[in-house]
Parts: sequence; C-alpha cells; structure tokens
Amino acid sequence: MPPATEEYGLAQTAHDRAADNIVAVSTAASSGQMLRRLTLANFRNYRELDLRLTDIARPCPIVLAGPNGAGKTNLLEAISYLAPGRGIRGARLGDLTRLGAVGPWSVSARLQTPAGEIEVGTGMQAVAAKSAGETEGGGNGTDVEDPSSGRLPERRIVRIDGSACRPAGLARIATILWLTPRMDRLFVEGSSARRRFLDRLVLGLHVGHGREIAAYERAMRERLNLLTHHGVDGGDPAWLTALERQMAEHGVAVAAGRIDAIGHLTEQIANQPAGAFPKAVLALQGLLETGLQTMAALQVEEDFARKLAANRALDARSGRTSEGPHRSDMLATHMAKGLAANLCSTGEQKALLVGLLLANAAMLKAREDRPPILLLDEIAAHLDEAHRRALFESLLDLECQTWLTGTDMALFSPLGGDTLRLSVQDGQILEAA
Amino acid sequence: MNRSGSVEIDRLIQILARLPGLGPRSARRAVLHMLKKRDSLMAPLAAAITDVAEKVHVCATCGNLDTSEPCAICSDHRRNRSIICIVEEVADLWALERAGSFSGLYHVLGGVLSALDGVTPEDLNIASLIERAGSDEVEEVILATNATVDGQTTAHYITERLKDAGVAVTALAHGVPVGGELDYLDDGTLTAAMRARRPF
Repeated sequence: MPPATEEYGLAQTAHDRAADNIVAVSTAASSGQMLRRLTLANFRNYRELDLRLTDIARPCPIVLAGPNGAGKTNLLEAISYLAPGRGIRGARLGDLTRLGAVGPWSVSARLQTPAGEIEVGTGMQAVAAKSAGETEGGGNGTDVEDPSSGRLPERRIVRIDGSACRPAGLARIATILWLTPRMDRLFVEGSSARRRFLDRLVLGLHVGHGREIAAYERAMRERLNLLTHHGVDGGDPAWLTALERQMAEHGVAVAAGRIDAIGHLTEQIANQPAGAFPKAVLALQGLLETGLQTMAALQVEEDFARKLAANRALDARSGRTSEGPHRSDMLATHMAKGLAANLCSTGEQKALLVGLLLANAAMLKAREDRPPILLLDEIAAHLDEAHRRALFESLLDLECQTWLTGTDMALFSPLGGDTLRLSVQDGQILEAA
Repeated sequence: MNRSGSVEIDRLIQILARLPGLGPRSARRAVLHMLKKRDSLMAPLAAAITDVAEKVHVCATCGNLDTSEPCAICSDHRRNRSIICIVEEVADLWALERAGSFSGLYHVLGGVLSALDGVTPEDLNIASLIERAGSDEVEEVILATNATVDGQTTAHYITERLKDAGVAVTALAHGVPVGGELDYLDDGTLTAAMRARRPF
C-alpha cells in the first residue's frame, strides 16, 4: 500500500484553495512539457501544498517572489526531485523532511507531455534493513513495515503513473535543468560540479546515461574495495579483470554520451545568432573522451581495461581510481574573447552559464521536441538590466516552463502578461496581485 | 511485540515475518488465516514443510534442489551432458526449465560476486564448476547470469577462469524481448541488441 501522502486528491486546506483558480492570460492550444499540478507534503518548510496550474494553456514563466526564508528555493528543490539525482542542493534525503513532521516527505506532480498527462510521485521511504543478498524488486504489493522494526536506511521511492520505478526512470519523463547561485563558481571550482552539470545535460538526450554512470561507479567501487582490502592482486586477479571489463564497457558508454551531447550543444551554439549572452566553446577533457576522438569504441574499451590493470598497484596505494570518466572535465572558453571561462569576470561567467543553459534548452526543444523545465534560482538579482531583459526574451521564445525566484517581484515586470506571478510566504503560496 | 497473548503464535509470526516479501503485519494476517483454516490449510502446510525440509537436498553436482542425489536433471540420461548452463540461483534454473528450450545440464552458482557485499569466488560454486568443465565430456558452457553489473562481472570472471578448460564459453543474448517493440526499448537494450545482431 503506498503511503497516503503519495495519493492525489488530498484534502484541501485553506491556503491551498487560495492557490486554486489561477488564471492564465494565454488562450493558445495546449502544447509542450509542463507541470500542471504540484503537491508537496512535509517537504522542507511546506507542511502541505497543492499547487494547481490547470488553467495555463502552454508553458510560461512562473515567478515565485517573497522574503528570504519563505520557501522559494525549497519549491524549486521539490521540483528538482522529479528528475534523477539529488536535487538542486544535493541534500541528504532525510534532511528534506520538514522539522517536526510525522511522516517522510513526498513530492508529486501531474506532468503534461506531448504524449499525454503523467502522474509522477517521489519521496523518501524508510525501509527496514534487508538481510544481505536479498533484493526487493519493485516494492509493489509488499507491506509497509512497522517503522519500529529495526534500522531504517533512507531510500528514495519513485512512482510513475502509479507503478514503482527506479529514480533513474525519471529521466524518461522530463528533463529538468537548473541554475542556482551556488553554481556561479562552476568554472572556478573543482571538476566534480562541472561533471554533474555536464551529465545532467547529457541526460536530456540520452535517458540511459544515468544508468551507465551508476553501473560504472558500482564496478569502480567494487574494484577499489578489492584493491584496498586484498592488495594489488585483489586476492584474485581474474575478479579484478572482470570488474575492469565492466568499468571499460560502461565507462566508454558514459564518455560517448558526453561527446554526443557536447557535439549537439556546440552545433546549437554555432547556429545561434549572437545575443546578450556570450557564446562558449566547449571541450571535453578525459582519458576516454580523448580516446574516442581518434579510435573506435571497442579499441578505447580495450585500452582502458589494460590501463586499469596496469594501475592496480597505484590505485591500491592511493585508495582511489586514478583514471577514468569519473575524473573527466568540461572546459569552457569565452568564444569572443578567447579566454578560458575560469579567467573571465564573475559576471561573465554567470552570463556564459546562462547562455549554455539556454542553448541546451533550445537544442533539446529542436531535437527531441521535449523542451526542458527550467529552474532559475535568484537569477534576476545577479544580472544587469540588459541581460535580465535578454534572458526574459529568450525564455518567452523558448516556451519552456521556467520557474524563477526572487525577492522583488518588480524585477520580473519585463516578462509581461504571459507570466504567472506567485507570492511565497512562510511555506504558503498565493497568487500575487 | 506481537502480543497475541500466546508464545507459540508469536514465535510463528516472528519466523514468518523473516520470509522474503512478508513483514510483521502480513505474517500476523497469514497466521490468523491459517488458524481459521486449521484442517484444510494449516495441517497440510505443516506436513508439506516437514516433508520438504526432510527430503530436499542441494545436488552436490549442480546445486539444484531435489529429493534425489544427484538431482533429477543431473541423473537424466536423455539430457545432453556436453553442455552446462550457469545460472545465479535455483529460481533461474526453474525459469529456464519452464521455458523448456534447454536440454543440457545446469550449474547453480548460489549468487554473484560482489566486493561490496563481501561475496567472493569462494562463496560461490565456482571451484566445482571449473572441475566439471575440465572433464572431457563437457564441450560448452553457457553463461546465463543476470544482465546486472554484478551478474556480468561474474560472467567475465568465470570466462577468465575457464580459459584453460578447453570448453567453448557462450553467453545468453541480450536484446529485444520476444514480442517487444523497438520504440519502447531503452538505449542500453537497443545497443546490446545491435551489438548481438546475427545473420538472419
């Protein structure tokens, strides 16, 4: 039996009713990909929220304005859990539950896609620890156990149209991309944040990308586990060889997906007219990514497996895997200036990043007929007037459902009438005047 | 914690709750149901459990479960003794037997290699497999482990260990399911199917 919080048709509370009957100006035929309804329970500072966007005819910007701490970013974070991964903050599942809440958090949504409406739900399920080796398939029809009966590891559950699936399956449903203030330092920070950004871009084109990464990382962890516990031969060289073959197979698939996505994105950037946001030249840096430029995939696979075998002693000593797609990087250059992104000014870096996101959204829309849902946290505050206007124009052109947050509603006035304006206050949402 | 008032019933509930797919709540439900149908269900069930617990053994040759030793499959002389199909669990063996398309012998590994869960080659029936494959009788070994990371790692591992056994090593094809439509397949499955294409 699914937890009640995942069911639709929750009893409406007073503040939910206020969020009802939101009127959109547009009368165009319904198209595109967008959230039609969003329900939260015990998520961050939201006890209960039922946001219905039924009267909107097509994807449009949605502005969330309100004072600090009202819950604007929390709402974006909730939406980001409708995609695979750990959301816009990379938080631990347990930290998402509202303080003082009795049950675990859940987020559900009705998503309109070109193929029809889909009900998506996700949340945290505390499950009793399973005995080793026993894996529960699906989870449908099994009892929800007494929470008192043992240790409770955190597990994210996902349901699509009522049936349980893995979080990775969410990639098939919607592409959700975001920019948050903490990504402002993306080009200056270590490579892991850029890799995550890159892999999320790839996921828009290749829904299997997340699974390839997971398979690669699992084999990598197993190999490292053998090396650190049993030394260079891992107790059994044939076992190491088998794991290295898995790493090579899935690692090359990861790298190939990245190359393909960056190729399409580069093409999109090249074909776009120059605008307010600078164009970026993108390059992938990594053992397999470089290898695939000149060699056949099978050859790269074999070379990588050999390299891993040669690195055993090194990896056993250092306790980490020294080479592979988990260390790749995406380098960006300001096209007009010919300057590496990390050397550009803070403002230019932000502009480059916005430009990348917009180009990627346009590329997905053109190629897959599946425009992404965009989450832009506090973006207006970091752009000057001209860039703000340019961004808003691009968003209206793209016809993506874009969720924007800001403390001052006035900053969003250039978005015009085709915009939904909501005011957020203390975990409640009201239609702004 | 079950507080049925009876130690015996509580003990039964606790044991049932440890079964896969059951928890305390469904165990309580099952016990109550059995007590209602004591003659028609509970007694036959108890007899059947005793019977199976006493008579069923793990086949020393292939790891299958059966009342005879060696098991019915291993001792069936109509079966092709030159081919051994390697599966992870007895459930996989049953699945292949249900399909009825394989007439060779089996070898049940009893799991898959997993460094993270501490399952090593010694924990699986791999040594006995190498020994079986080394006999002159055996010509082909079919890898039928699951298409998971651990399943495929185990398959690669066995291939590596069988290098000098002088047998052909084959693996089940991965790809388009029977009755499947390409449009509904994920990228990974399609890639595997494309890779495993064959003359038609």
